[in-house]
Amino acid sequence: MRFVDEFRDAEKARALSARITALCEPGRQYKLMEVCGGHTHTIYKHGLEDYLPEQITLVHGPGCPVCVIPMGRVDDAMALASDPGVIMTSFGDMMRVPGSNGSFFDAKARGTDIRMVYSPLDSLKIARQNPDKQVVFMAIGFETTAPSTAMTVLRAAAEGLPNFSIFCNHVTIIPAIKAILDSPDLRLDGFIGPGHVSTVIGCRPYEFIARDYGKPVVVAGFEPLDILQSIYMLMLQLSKGQAAVENQYARVVPWDGNEVALAAIGQTMELRPYFEWRGLGFISHSALKVRAEYARFDAENLFSVPGVRVADPKACQCGEVLKGVLKPWECKVFGTACTPETPIGTCMVSPEGACAAYYNYGRLTRQRVREASAS
Amino acid sequence: MCLGIPGEVIEFLPDQPDLARVNVSGVKRVINVGLLTGEQLEPGDWVLIHVGFALSKIDEAEAAAALDFLEGIGQAYEDELAALAESRIE
Repeated sequence: MRFVDEFRDAEKARALSARITALCEPGRQYKLMEVCGGHTHTIYKHGLEDYLPEQITLVHGPGCPVCVIPMGRVDDAMALASDPGVIMTSFGDMMRVPGSNGSFFDAKARGTDIRMVYSPLDSLKIARQNPDKQVVFMAIGFETTAPSTAMTVLRAAAEGLPNFSIFCNHVTIIPAIKAILDSPDLRLDGFIGPGHVSTVIGCRPYEFIARDYGKPVVVAGFEPLDILQSIYMLMLQLSKGQAAVENQYARVVPWDGNEVALAAIGQTMELRPYFEWRGLGFISHSALKVRAEYARFDAENLFSVPGVRVADPKACQCGEVLKGVLKPWECKVFGTACTPETPIGTCMVSPEGACAAYYNYGRLTRQRVREASAS
Repeated sequence: MCLGIPGEVIEFLPDQPDLARVNVSGVKRVINVGLLTGEQLEPGDWVLIHVGFALSKIDEAEAAAALDFLEGIGQAYEDELAALAESRIE
């Protein structure tokens, strides 16, 4: 075993690893998917797959909401930003996502007024301070960040701000999971459920996975031991032929989620009939848009955007990586044409993307494994 | 962006019920605690913060563990802290 002193409770890690191995049926292969960028990060950074028997493969699903934004939508955002009357505001990890003509970062270098913000509330402040400009907030993220956007819209409404709107690209995790379950490409045995999304939506939304598809789900925390324990809980269910939703992260995730957060989302937003996800195609009821009552805060209502569907660059295999069909290193341009400095696709641009995570940690893991087996 | 960072509640802003000043690894900033209205937050409580909003109330042990974990992440956490340091929502 490597890394015996790498993280706390290495003893517990090895114990869990042994129990996980003991639960594997001889000759059976197991594929467990996680759909949370933070989990991908932990798994690669601590080389958790090396603690698992060969029979278990961890597959990384679409856990990065930046990664699933199609290029056409990035182009729409760039079009909004290029309006001289607009100040575009965005989270940091959106800044380098490439559209057809570069990224926010590139546009900013050319003089476009695009400002990085930590919170949508910072964006609101910029609107108050610049009454002669229209301030647009690039709203991205799963249900983790949607409540914050929603609360900001409510605050803008309460203040009667005339110059603030959001370009809403919030996506919802459940339809993505369902699309993967329905996909013929992949046969999964269980899911490691996302941590922070679940603080908002709770654990009930995952019940359909167990009930209708017969796969167990364990909502997991972010530490290496959390993930190993969750894998153990999944394997225990599989060994007994059970399929249920369990909450390993109960110290942070309430079973019923956050009612205030869900109410804020429900008041200001509604589901789009369909939305395009990079790599997964069109998925129905998988993304949010601003409700008609709040149309004055909807950038798509105030401005017109090209709305052109743009295909990914030919070399880009982000779609397959996002679905978990390909591992990052199996992508033809991984590490060569596509690196964090020169990203082609979003899996590499976003720090939560599987490719970025693997680039930063995974290669070191494989090297260490090689060195360890050589010595 | 998607990093949940632990912060300790220092005080509530008197004229704005949804806003609280928190301490995040020595950086003191104002965040919105409106999503935790049912929790009866008090100074000294720990919360998990995402993009300027407190998403969950956590105990001190969990906060310490989360901090440990984030410090292990390195650059992404530093970027998040730097972004928070720039934030002035009040």
